[in-house]
Amino acid sequence: MNLEDWYRQDRLPHIYCAGCGNGTVLNCTLRAVQELGFRQEETTFISGIGCSSRASGYTSSDSLHTTHGRALAFATGVKLVKPHQHVIVFTGDGDCSAIGGNHFIHACRRNIDLTVVCINNNIYGMTGGQGSPCTPYGAITTTTPYGMHEQPFDLCKLAEAAGANYVARWTSYHVKELTEAIRSGLEVPGLSFIEVMTQCPTSFGSKNKMRLATQMIDMFRENAVLKVKADRDTAAGKPLEPGKFIVGEFVRRHNPPLGVEESK
Amino acid sequence: MTEKTDFLNGNVACAEGAIAAGCRFFAGYPITPSTEIAERMAARLPKIGGTFVQMEDELASVAAIIGGSWAGARTMTATSGPGFSLMMENIGYAAMTETPIVIINVQRGGPSTGQPTKAAQGDMLQCRYGSHGDYSIIALSPSSVQEMFDLTVRAFNLADRFRTPVFLMADETIGHMREKVSLHSDVEIIPRRELKEGELPCAPDENGVPGFGTFGNGHNIHITGLTHSENGYPSTDSAEVHEQLIRRQVGKIEDFRNEIADVDIVNPDAEYIFISYGAPTRTVRQLMADVPETYGHLNLRIVWPFPDESLLAFKNAKAFIIPEMNLGQIAKEVRQYTNIPIVIVPKLGGALHTPAELKKAAEVAKTVTKPMTEVRL
Amino acid sequence: MKTEIRFSGLGGQGIITAAVILGRAAALYSKKHVVQTQSYGPEARGGASASAVIISDDPVYYPNVTNPSVYVIMSQEAYNKYGNNAPEDALMLLDPGFVTSRPVCRCFEVPATSEAKSQLGKTVFANVIMLGALLEATGIVTYDALEHAVLDSVPKGTETNNKRALAIGQELVRSQL
Repeated sequence: MNLEDWYRQDRLPHIYCAGCGNGTVLNCTLRAVQELGFRQEETTFISGIGCSSRASGYTSSDSLHTTHGRALAFATGVKLVKPHQHVIVFTGDGDCSAIGGNHFIHACRRNIDLTVVCINNNIYGMTGGQGSPCTPYGAITTTTPYGMHEQPFDLCKLAEAAGANYVARWTSYHVKELTEAIRSGLEVPGLSFIEVMTQCPTSFGSKNKMRLATQMIDMFRENAVLKVKADRDTAAGKPLEPGKFIVGEFVRRHNPPLGVEESK
Repeated sequence: MTEKTDFLNGNVACAEGAIAAGCRFFAGYPITPSTEIAERMAARLPKIGGTFVQMEDELASVAAIIGGSWAGARTMTATSGPGFSLMMENIGYAAMTETPIVIINVQRGGPSTGQPTKAAQGDMLQCRYGSHGDYSIIALSPSSVQEMFDLTVRAFNLADRFRTPVFLMADETIGHMREKVSLHSDVEIIPRRELKEGELPCAPDENGVPGFGTFGNGHNIHITGLTHSENGYPSTDSAEVHEQLIRRQVGKIEDFRNEIADVDIVNPDAEYIFISYGAPTRTVRQLMADVPETYGHLNLRIVWPFPDESLLAFKNAKAFIIPEMNLGQIAKEVRQYTNIPIVIVPKLGGALHTPAELKKAAEVAKTVTKPMTEVRL
Repeated sequence: MKTEIRFSGLGGQGIITAAVILGRAAALYSKKHVVQTQSYGPEARGGASASAVIISDDPVYYPNVTNPSVYVIMSQEAYNKYGNNAPEDALMLLDPGFVTSRPVCRCFEVPATSEAKSQLGKTVFANVIMLGALLEATGIVTYDALEHAVLDSVPKGTETNNKRALAIGQELVRSQL
């Protein structure tokens, strides 16, 4: 299959705003699937609710667009009944870590063989830009008009602590690395969690002095610190500068997974 | 027919019924007084090629059985009041996506944590209306251990035939008592109809039910809880699409209510008629055995959709006497279909109505003229 | 003919198991109509355990025990709760090692726990001794039916001791007849 064949052509164009990073993430995900040579009938996309979760509607194989926060629980049922299916979950920061937080940590704990692509745009985009558990401290959103005064989650650390076998973070700027990470996630048995920092110029950027998509992409490029460098800095006693975040592969391990066929 | 008899409690019989019906995936969360169902499934399923998973909560349990159903399995969960409340979100999703699932509710006293170990029938309206929006479902009500087995089997067939969530609305009395039960192994299975090639995934057949596009079978379909067109794609702006979808989904069940109906009609010529379902049916039957040929009885094995035409069987009825372990939930439904006076006999607290209490209610019934009269026990 | 039997005592004495075995013997091996119920929740906490069996020639609809005619009581607390009100025409089997009160009705003292310990080495057989005694005192089911139900219900390797337990119980009542 060609990359284009993985798109549900009669659903395009998608509903995403101009400058949104979700299309990039969808593209990287489908490219990883295509590179691995998966067949349509053995690939299922599942998503929750939100901008991120509309992605499952644009993939050409079977897909289940579910309820807010619950995609991982639905995916658990699909995977346990048909373990040979490649099950890919699209979720967002609010979907995954607020309303779906409990399902998230338990899916990681079970280490069920799913690949989770979490599009983190720091806010609730679909409903117009409210604060989420991943809104950076001090950021302006429609529900944090005086600046976010709660600390955000580090989703990758959460996934690692909860037991996921594969954990990585990239951004919509790092398309090659992201595609590679999703590929690795699909190959590593057990729960694979790939967080993608993604721009929402419409609802996040516009309130935080990054009205243009390019400004947000520049911000990702400038603030993303490769894990190897961050590790080196840490060893040298240099802490991560404010506003910066680490990207790279955090975990790759082979703890016993759930939902994997005996033969795999 | 291979048949094994055993002496089991209702919850265990329910699990055995599910297995006989071909259920091979159970996702659940422990809760009194339903837990024996999960425990039995946990012990049995791995030995017959099935899967049991204990989820993090009841929201996840229903989500998982919906996912499992789309993957092609007959799937089930079991719970009681507090868990049932949590399930409402994804019950609505199952209704909107027309996903066949079976949910067992072994009812206990509510609201909230209420009486965990006591019987009640307080979730009958929640079962019908608990999720938001207009939809319809099917609910069965067992009054014996044998019916815990038989009606669980039936629930799976109805779920697949009508592509809807089906509820077995049991209660603590029936779930925990032991009786002799025949465990038929070759029960009738009515499978769901697979989507045909060229057929749209959400387009109805002559019964108003679409073909089921099992995931992994090459249908490449998109399923969403959003309002959707017959091709399955979201279509949330059109009033016409929404109205057509909702009316079809409700109609595919409500239009068949008297075909779905399963009732026992006893002494139809009587003047004073008991209407009951679940555990109180046992007390009515006891009273009718103690004083034969005195009262009529309508027992509802299927409560939702309400089998309204069955009321017409009682041509001489002067009053319907309705004992429920709630404050008259199904009585309100009966009220919609009849002008005959109704005597409600609510009983709360966990104990079943006694035969003497029902006899007293029948005496009151002889004097009533108002549309609705409550007998306080 | 309908008989209501109330079993009560302490958790761990096998009260529920005894009721289920009797129910099984009557339902599966005696062609009777049977309903067995038991207490759950707070009333079953604090060590108390209670169960009831209704055995009848006709279908049993109303499942709750209203007028037990047979009582098996294995703790003083259970006696206070259930045994005190036993009518004069009832029959009671009690374990005198645990129950100091005596009812007005016909009563057999069945030292099931001490006999289980002394004759079989383990108190765990006390409930089956009680069933043997109940069988002898009431004839509610046949010996074969009860033995069948006991053997269905007990762990492998304990069959011989359980059969002995039945015989011990029968003898404890027979000696008082």
